[in-house]
Amino acid sequence: MSTAPTIYISNLRLDYKNKPVFSELNTSFTGGMFNILLGTSGVGKSSLLKMIAGLLPITQGEITSDHSEALSSQISYMAQQDLLMPWTTILQNVMIGSKLRKEKKEKTRALHILKQVGLDGAANQFPFQLSGGMRQRAALARTLYENRPVILMDEPFSALDSVTRSKMQEYTADLLKGKTVILITHDPFEACRLGENIQVLAGNPVQIYDIPPIEGTIPRHPEALNLQQAQAHLLNLLIEKNILQ
Amino acid sequence: MTSIPLYFRIPILIISLLLIWQGIYQFFGIPPYLLPSPISVFIAFKDNQALLWNAAFITFNETILGLILGCALGMALALLMSLIPFVRQWLMPIILISQSIPTFALAPLLVLWFGFGMNSKIVMAMIMIFFPVTSAFFDGLNRTPLGWIELGKTMNASPLRQLLFIRIPAALPAFASGLRIAAAIAPIGAVIGEWVGASSGLGFLMQNANSRFQTDLMFAALFLLSIMTICLWGTVTFSTKKLIPWAEDTQTF
Repeated sequence: MSTAPTIYISNLRLDYKNKPVFSELNTSFTGGMFNILLGTSGVGKSSLLKMIAGLLPITQGEITSDHSEALSSQISYMAQQDLLMPWTTILQNVMIGSKLRKEKKEKTRALHILKQVGLDGAANQFPFQLSGGMRQRAALARTLYENRPVILMDEPFSALDSVTRSKMQEYTADLLKGKTVILITHDPFEACRLGENIQVLAGNPVQIYDIPPIEGTIPRHPEALNLQQAQAHLLNLLIEKNILQ
Repeated sequence: MTSIPLYFRIPILIISLLLIWQGIYQFFGIPPYLLPSPISVFIAFKDNQALLWNAAFITFNETILGLILGCALGMALALLMSLIPFVRQWLMPIILISQSIPTFALAPLLVLWFGFGMNSKIVMAMIMIFFPVTSAFFDGLNRTPLGWIELGKTMNASPLRQLLFIRIPAALPAFASGLRIAAAIAPIGAVIGEWVGASSGLGFLMQNANSRFQTDLMFAALFLLSIMTICLWGTVTFSTKKLIPWAEDTQTF
């Protein structure tokens, strides 16, 4: 049984400029799995993620987990921007959480993680000396260093070129195995490649649509027939149900 | 078109201005007590070297001390205003009022309060420079990208540690902009103080030379003051570029 918690969303409401974006939203994100949340812009995906992370106040409804520990201490957050601090090295960026919490830095572990993401040679470089893909790998290393069971990812690869994005998807699937990952994406291909549990946030009123599970273990190979079929199936479903309108 | 580097542009600019100046002087036949020729300024500089360097050393010391203390005051005020809304609400109008008073009007009062020595000039330089530093640093502190703040929160960082390790470093490029402006205007503050009441310094020397119609000496002092300001600005710009290499807007000129 996985130690990563399942997250439950119950009757959640989100208002933007005094108008409801969604209300009575109910869903769950399965523990230890890659949960993909698809949806169009402005539908409240990022806000939902921020509410789970405790960055936005909850006015109605609740977000709980099946662990007794407070959700805020179980979460690590990775945004679309790498959010690396430009004034310090990649190694120090990876260990920034320890510094911010006034904890002892685990340099050996940080270096090991950097090696895992293929950045062991860049430990003493500054973020502005790295390419976009390397910076995003450094951000992934920082997320891994936090060693939290829940990982929230808000379109983390959308700014990358397709080859780098594909590599990052592989790194992510390998290194975050066993954690509860909630990944937001616009990209049905990415959803099919990484999703063990795919949901779509869409419609009017906004609600959650569950997508039937896709076969195969992640990261699914781009050339695999089942991936292409799943992607076509997913797109058909979205169009048929008029979900993305 | 490739731009000419600053270290070439400045000598070219100075030589061109000197040539224009010499041309005007000769063409219009202006009396030397109104406008001396660059050559007579050079001779005045050569003849009064010791006096000029001594005065410049005093003004330089006042400027540096004013710059350091003004920056410290500016940073402290910006931090206070950024952290405590109550302080911001009450302090901002006072700071704005302080900037609306002409510095020349304040100078005699400062001499009265702090004496003819260095102190009144240091305070004068401080008053001139704390505003650009406060304003730029305060702006920087309040414009920390939301993503970094949110990252800090998800890492369970206390507000104090967020300030120390995220907000202050993130505000350094803005602070550097304020510091560059401060470096350019700090000597003016010191010279105004010296002009109003002093027994030494470039301002004092200029005022004396002016009252004796020694215009060439006055120009020599002005020239030295300009060189000092350019060197100070250059040092600050170079240092901030080296210390804050991630700042995007360090290439200002």
